[in-house]
Amino acid sequence: MFAFIIRRILQFIPTVIGISFIMFVLLNVLPGSAALMTGGKEILSPEIVKKLEKKWGLDKPFHVRYLNYMVGLAKGDLGTSFIRGDKVRDIIGNRLWPTLKLAVAALAIACFIGIPLGFYSAVKQGTWVDTVTMVGAVSGVSMPQFWSALLLMYLFSVVLRWLPTFGYGNGDLKNLILPAVTLGIGYMALLARTTRAAVVEVLSQDYIRTAHAKGLSVLFINGKHVFRNTMVLILTTIGMQFGSLMGETVVVETVFSWPGIGSLMVDSIFLRDTPVTQGCIMLIIFVFMSVNLSVDILYSVVDPRIRYD
Amino acid sequence: MTELSNRTKRPLLEVDHLHTSFHTFDGVVKAVNDVSFAMNTRETLGIVGESGSGKSVTALSIMRLLKSPPARIEKGRILFDSIDLLEISMSRMRDIRGNRISMIFQEPMTSLNPLFSVGNQMSEMFVRHQGLTRREAWNRSVEMLEKVQIPSPGKRAREFPHHMSGGMRQRVMIAMALACDPEILIADEPTTALDVTIQAQVVDLMMKLRKDYGAAILMITHDLGVIAEIARRVIVMYAGQVVEEADVISIFEEPRHPYTRSLLKSIPKLGDASTHGRKRLQEIKGIVPSLADLPAGCHFYPRCPHADPICRQGEIALEEPAVGHRVRCIRHAGL
Repeated sequence: MFAFIIRRILQFIPTVIGISFIMFVLLNVLPGSAALMTGGKEILSPEIVKKLEKKWGLDKPFHVRYLNYMVGLAKGDLGTSFIRGDKVRDIIGNRLWPTLKLAVAALAIACFIGIPLGFYSAVKQGTWVDTVTMVGAVSGVSMPQFWSALLLMYLFSVVLRWLPTFGYGNGDLKNLILPAVTLGIGYMALLARTTRAAVVEVLSQDYIRTAHAKGLSVLFINGKHVFRNTMVLILTTIGMQFGSLMGETVVVETVFSWPGIGSLMVDSIFLRDTPVTQGCIMLIIFVFMSVNLSVDILYSVVDPRIRYD
Repeated sequence: MTELSNRTKRPLLEVDHLHTSFHTFDGVVKAVNDVSFAMNTRETLGIVGESGSGKSVTALSIMRLLKSPPARIEKGRILFDSIDLLEISMSRMRDIRGNRISMIFQEPMTSLNPLFSVGNQMSEMFVRHQGLTRREAWNRSVEMLEKVQIPSPGKRAREFPHHMSGGMRQRVMIAMALACDPEILIADEPTTALDVTIQAQVVDLMMKLRKDYGAAILMITHDLGVIAEIARRVIVMYAGQVVEEADVISIFEEPRHPYTRSLLKSIPKLGDASTHGRKRLQEIKGIVPSLADLPAGCHFYPRCPHADPICRQGEIALEEPAVGHRVRCIRHAGL
């Protein structure tokens, strides 16, 4: 088990190298430069632009910059922001907590509502409860986040005036609700559908028939035998989704002016502050890989057939 | 209750004109079509038939384990110890299942939950039906594993199904089924999925346990060898109907229904080839009719070597030409 974790962590390295290369190439072909953006509305003279580019090392050829970046990365140095002059690590560090809070809240909404909903509709297969839930789930998956964000904002902030329209507040719960619901709705729907499919599959298994033949109650069978087997099937979805949840915070954070990684990334792209952009992407990738690893470890906890050695 | 039923000589289990169908998009599939039989305490009754003859559906109807829809028990009664199993509530049925009537299945590889240890799954029986604590239940489970001759049962109880072979898992299923000392054990093709040497071991084990536990066994199989070894009385089913019923010796010595005869002829015998040179194995021509579209009259008519136009006129009744020997064929006397 320990050897497995070490091996998996070592596999992070080639992934990081590959992704950082693609990222570097893409950010390199992006037109404009940070030097041009620093002036804001003013147009800076070519000399100043030249000076700034030299200062940030943007005058050096692509491969040299890439190598420098990778050497820094190996030392744990994500570089320095062009525009702010601060260490990227510190900037991201300040923004990490709001994003994690948002992502975890969204995932919690998705799990605690989506899974029971999917479970219930699978057990009540073919009834109107099932139909309503599944139609709702399809609509939930299909709704774009910026749109559902605006709808929720309009209803709860403008009409009912229950919740603040946007902003982080002082980290208050009431500020968290709308962004978390917006981010969570799609996953809730997806999870409801995945759970339903998983439960339907598990219910048709021979060992469930055995459980009934033993005289166990439906509640007991569902709570023990069906649930545990369903978890094995939906764990992948939960894990994969948490990774992409981190990426999707971009839209929600922008709409709600949430001071997290997503909005930081968007801002830094507009300002061509590439070290910050790269730092954000690296962080999201890291979270994604760590969550996947945790899911794999969790598998061996839930399913005795899975052993890593 | 059991004493009473013994005294009044009522059978332990009585299946009375059972009709079970599946309502599918392609129409109504009559899987069990007017099946009646009775079973006494401690008796071993065999049900033989091809796939699709309705033998498993009969067993699942008794246990009320069929998923409805699509399955529906249309008519009939199933009397167990004077209780009509089809009338009682599901929660009462669950008190009987596993406790007074238990069942083992054909697929030992998939019949156990892969995520829980064998001991855990066996313990459920004791906790559910006898109200034991988890610890007591566990100890009883280990004892049961020992009874079905699983070596080092204490260690095996902590293992998971995937650590065990098919034969071992079937033993676990048998141990679990017998855990609460049931009055009836329904075994639905318990040896079919096992390889031959293991089959013999499982049959031997069941015969031994029958003595120890005194459960009546309803042995469902397509293997006539297993029937010959274990059953006292045999029911032959074809296309959802009982076509012949007799004690095991009569079935093998003087079968009356053309289907039973063909079935017996289609068993390969070791001596045949050497004494008569090359002899082709007899087969039953044609295929089992679709249960959604049964032929009129005798269901076996299209495949029967003795078919006669009169066989197609109306339903064929089950006759009793000799005491305890029932046959569903109007021409049986002349054959």
